[in-house]
Amino acid sequence: MLIDSKKQILFSEFTPGYGLSIALKMSPEKIIDIMIRSTLRGRGGAGFPTGLKWQATAKAQKTPKYIVCNADEGEPGTFKDRILLSDYSEKLFEGMTIAGKAVGSNKGIVYLRGEYRYLLKKLDKVLNRLRKIGYLGKNILNSGFDFDIEIVLGSGAYICGEETALIESLEGNRGEARNKPPFPTDEGYLGCPTVVNNVETFSYVPYIINKGADWFMEIGTEKSKGSKLFSISGDVKFPGVYELPFGVSIAEILELVGARDTKAVQVGGASGICISKKDFDKPLAFESLPPGGSIIVFNKSRDMLKVLKNFIEFFVEESCGQCTPCREGNYRLLEAVEKLERGECSINYLKVLRKLAESMKYTSKCGLGQTSPNAFLSIIDNFKGEILARPKKVND
Amino acid sequence: MFRYQEEILANEIKSIVEKYGNKRENLLRILQELNDKYNYLSEQVLQNVASCLKISPSEVYGVATFYSFLNTKPKGKYVIRVCKTIVCDLNGKDKIINTIENELGIKVGETTKDGLFTLEYTNCMGMCNQGPAMLINNDIYYNLDPEKVVEIIEKYARGGDSNVD
Ligand SMILES: Cc1cc2nc3c(=O)[nH]c(=O)nc-3n(C[C@H](O)[C@H](O)[C@H](O)COP(=O)(O)O)c2cc1C
Ligand code: SF4
Ligand code: FES
Repeated sequence: MLIDSKKQILFSEFTPGYGLSIALKMSPEKIIDIMIRSTLRGRGGAGFPTGLKWQATAKAQKTPKYIVCNADEGEPGTFKDRILLSDYSEKLFEGMTIAGKAVGSNKGIVYLRGEYRYLLKKLDKVLNRLRKIGYLGKNILNSGFDFDIEIVLGSGAYICGEETALIESLEGNRGEARNKPPFPTDEGYLGCPTVVNNVETFSYVPYIINKGADWFMEIGTEKSKGSKLFSISGDVKFPGVYELPFGVSIAEILELVGARDTKAVQVGGASGICISKKDFDKPLAFESLPPGGSIIVFNKSRDMLKVLKNFIEFFVEESCGQCTPCREGNYRLLEAVEKLERGECSINYLKVLRKLAESMKYTSKCGLGQTSPNAFLSIIDNFKGEILARPKKVND
Repeated sequence: MFRYQEEILANEIKSIVEKYGNKRENLLRILQELNDKYNYLSEQVLQNVASCLKISPSEVYGVATFYSFLNTKPKGKYVIRVCKTIVCDLNGKDKIINTIENELGIKVGETTKDGLFTLEYTNCMGMCNQGPAMLINNDIYYNLDPEKVVEIIEKYARGGDSNVD
């Protein structure tokens, strides 16, 4: 498969300020209408329709309103937002400004993960340049609309990527997820209506405003329109960020990145699922294999139990500890993996843990606990042969 | 601590709090700056922040202990954080850790006697296509191999700070 540049958006040509100047001449309702018609879905994982999120925020009564960019990118195997932040941040900032105009907000905040602090200087430079040429600040392009953006740093906590935990962190608190509802669109930052979108989501906005909803919908599948950035890593010859249309299959991707002897592919990061060869023909799209941002490839030499252990350790460390199913559940799963490693896990006990994993999905308070059992369940199911009934370890 | 040192500390903290504004939502930013300035957030620092913001010290402590990049215990001048998550694991993070442990004579979680380096693990830092990767304070290093790691550490040991803009 060759990359079809006609199906690329974010890596296509971009004239800074073009989408912005069009948006500033539109009514907020018109911008939201285009966004809804484009059916753009959030690229941060959950895939919520962006236009509807903006509409809800626009309708909320309370003021001021905030536009928050989620640049906490912490999902293992994900690095696409880093590329957008480091090389294409004008698109992001322009998308945020258009969002501000659409919902009636004058203030944008980028929550940048602490690990990306080395990008801060560069980003501040871009912001300053945009202020200087009148794309940010007071009375943008003489439209009467004011909007500015501030960057706030995280401090090393994966859970702060969850939108309500992110808001807690912005408010100077421990990054502990809130119950939803109320949703941030009604009660977000400082209790005010807030749009939270991923870096990649905002970056499509100037293109969509510029070229229209119909143009955007030409790319992708029935229910997943547009293109997507994929962070591809692991046992491949050419790891990196690729922009591909929704609907591309795992097999096509493996060929593109020069993967050999592939045994397993983790789709959607640690919180995603691990698939085996039988599913390599499935298309990546919200309606079949939700892609998240990350594709991690494992070749035949890899021990899938070791892989699973790495994922579960991640969740044990990153759980905020607020609720029992997640805090205790992930520990239990880790214990089980250690038993499996020692060849001491009965198939009956594994059945019990399966139930636990299923219940974590429904009883955990936030997405972390709800998705953390995915890796466990999918690896146990798809790689039974190599995981179950290992020989007992004698020493160690 | 001597009385006058305490006063200096209190004044320094007060001026940083004032720079951000003494609103509750600025707590994390204030702690981040103090953590950079003093290398770690001592009990005394946390208490001063609490009194400036007029909130309870336990609330400040709760925030300080939540975030892995804020230290409530002294650390080395340079904190080395090696990614231990899946892709860096596939790409050989064990070799990197081993090399650093041997070179510095410490284990993960420890600080060298001269107070220069602390070695820690961290989770995925978005460099998976170029792993193994590590952070030294705010600087990122990637495509690491044992020789490269030694060179980098020697550079810091000689006092050559940050290489990246
Ligand atoms: C544990 C956890 C971590 C998350 N991390 C991120 C993240 O790093 N970046 C992101 O954009 N969304 C992340 N999300 C999703 C956000 O909660 C939220 O859905 C997203 O920022 C909304 O933006 P979007 O609609 O543009 O995708 C995370 C969710 C969970 C449960
Ligand atoms: S599910 Fe996990 S991360 Fe989410 S609130 Fe509960 S303990 Fe915290
Ligand atoms: S797994 Fe190490 S940087 Fe992502």
